[in-house]
Amino acid sequence: MNPITRRKLITTGTVAVAGATGLAAAARIAERYGLIPPDHGTLYGAGETLTYACQRVLTAHRPMREFPRSMISTPFVSPYGKLPPAFSASQANHFTDWRLVVDGLVTHPLSLSIADLRALAVRSQITEIACEEGWSYIAEWIGTPLSAVLREAGAIPQARYVAYFCIQHGLWDSVDIEEANHPGTLLTWGMNGGDLPVDYGAPLRLRVPRQIGYKSLKFLTRITVADSLKDFGKGLGSSSPEDGYAWYAGI
Amino acid sequence: MPTTVQTPEHVERTSVLRHSLLVRITHWLTFIAFIALLITGIEILISHPRFYWGETGNVNTPAAFTFHIPSSRDSVPTGYGYVLPDQNGWSRYLHFEAAWLLVLTGAVYLIYLLATGHLRRNLFPTREQRSLRAYTTRIAQYVRFKKSAADELHTYNVLQRTSYLVVIFFLFPLIIWTGLAMSPAFTAAFPFTSSLLGGRQSARTIHLFVTIALVLFLIIHITMVALTGFRARMRAITLGSSRPNEPELTPEELP
Repeated sequence: MNPITRRKLITTGTVAVAGATGLAAAARIAERYGLIPPDHGTLYGAGETLTYACQRVLTAHRPMREFPRSMISTPFVSPYGKLPPAFSASQANHFTDWRLVVDGLVTHPLSLSIADLRALAVRSQITEIACEEGWSYIAEWIGTPLSAVLREAGAIPQARYVAYFCIQHGLWDSVDIEEANHPGTLLTWGMNGGDLPVDYGAPLRLRVPRQIGYKSLKFLTRITVADSLKDFGKGLGSSSPEDGYAWYAGI
Repeated sequence: MPTTVQTPEHVERTSVLRHSLLVRITHWLTFIAFIALLITGIEILISHPRFYWGETGNVNTPAAFTFHIPSSRDSVPTGYGYVLPDQNGWSRYLHFEAAWLLVLTGAVYLIYLLATGHLRRNLFPTREQRSLRAYTTRIAQYVRFKKSAADELHTYNVLQRTSYLVVIFFLFPLIIWTGLAMSPAFTAAFPFTSSLLGGRQSARTIHLFVTIALVLFLIIHITMVALTGFRARMRAITLGSSRPNEPELTPEELP
């Protein structure tokens, strides 16, 4: 083994300081441009941040992947937990009393029925939903773009995230404002030419076609516009990281 | 080319530098990343041990093939009366983090390969190796378990060179590509990365086949290391050198 020379020590020291400074600068730039995911503080934070930052830079202004009608395929019901009595009560009323509350950093908080959403804007997309388990299917999804609702509510410019909640207690998620305003992000109330079936999330499901299926939360009741996710749950961005799953599911 | 390093303190203990520092570091980082990817990949597979061809596939559609193993999710009928513990959360986190380690290490290694001439000198088959005869001779030698000549001690033979080239320039790029072809965000930006492979489910199936090929390579690689002197080989790839009078260092090539 060679002895440690002074030159080696100086070189190593310089490289280490330059590396640390470079990393700190990169972290500040990433923070400034919103490239750090809320669940970055774990053992897997480095990988998550690289994935989220790279995919954000590469895909933020790209469309979604759409398919011809002939490729609509046999669907599969992803299992969901027990639904509360309030759900059955609304279902008995054919969901006419179901409300989507829109609050947080908006100038006009809203409470919208499914009919209100239908009146606001209607879009359809034929996209694939892929589960993290590995299976997938293609369906036609019909609904109202989340961006139309955010415009109607007057989301203020400081808004950086949209958190969304469902009727099942403790189950919630969020997307960044770019994903929320993406034309593919759809408050879905119809599927394959008909109403959205309960098994697929009726009366309202948020479709996030550029992320894995678990971001497409069923039985939606509330969306909240925010500038930070620190005060939501454990501050990890959604209930998924609290169960060990990544917040960003673009991969 | 082997270099003889003579340390001033022990001139008589000459050692042969077999692997440069960069090769040693990238070798072990790749090993760590690969093992992490393999274990977490198996965990993710267990949640849906069915494989399909084309764009879509699920329990309600026919499978191309199925592993008859218990699953970690009750959404898959397996014929077993129990469900394995669900490990997908950390498995997915670690899979994608290890993938970054693999890609970044691979990028550094590739630059090194091209910049230093390591690729041309040590990995491309030499002029006399570029013949069918060179392959058949070498295969015959392996089949008969015959040792290589002493003058081949410090160079890769044509089978080693070919398998390393296939791993570096075909299997690893393909496993990264098929992985990305399963990402809904990446394929939204670059749809052809999925459609060229035949769709998302085809990409997933090819991802599995390439994994199997890489595991076979790993098994053969470790077997050759064991057959040709495990300790000497491990010293060479970890510390960089091995002593020529090492008793285990029989006349056989680098694994």
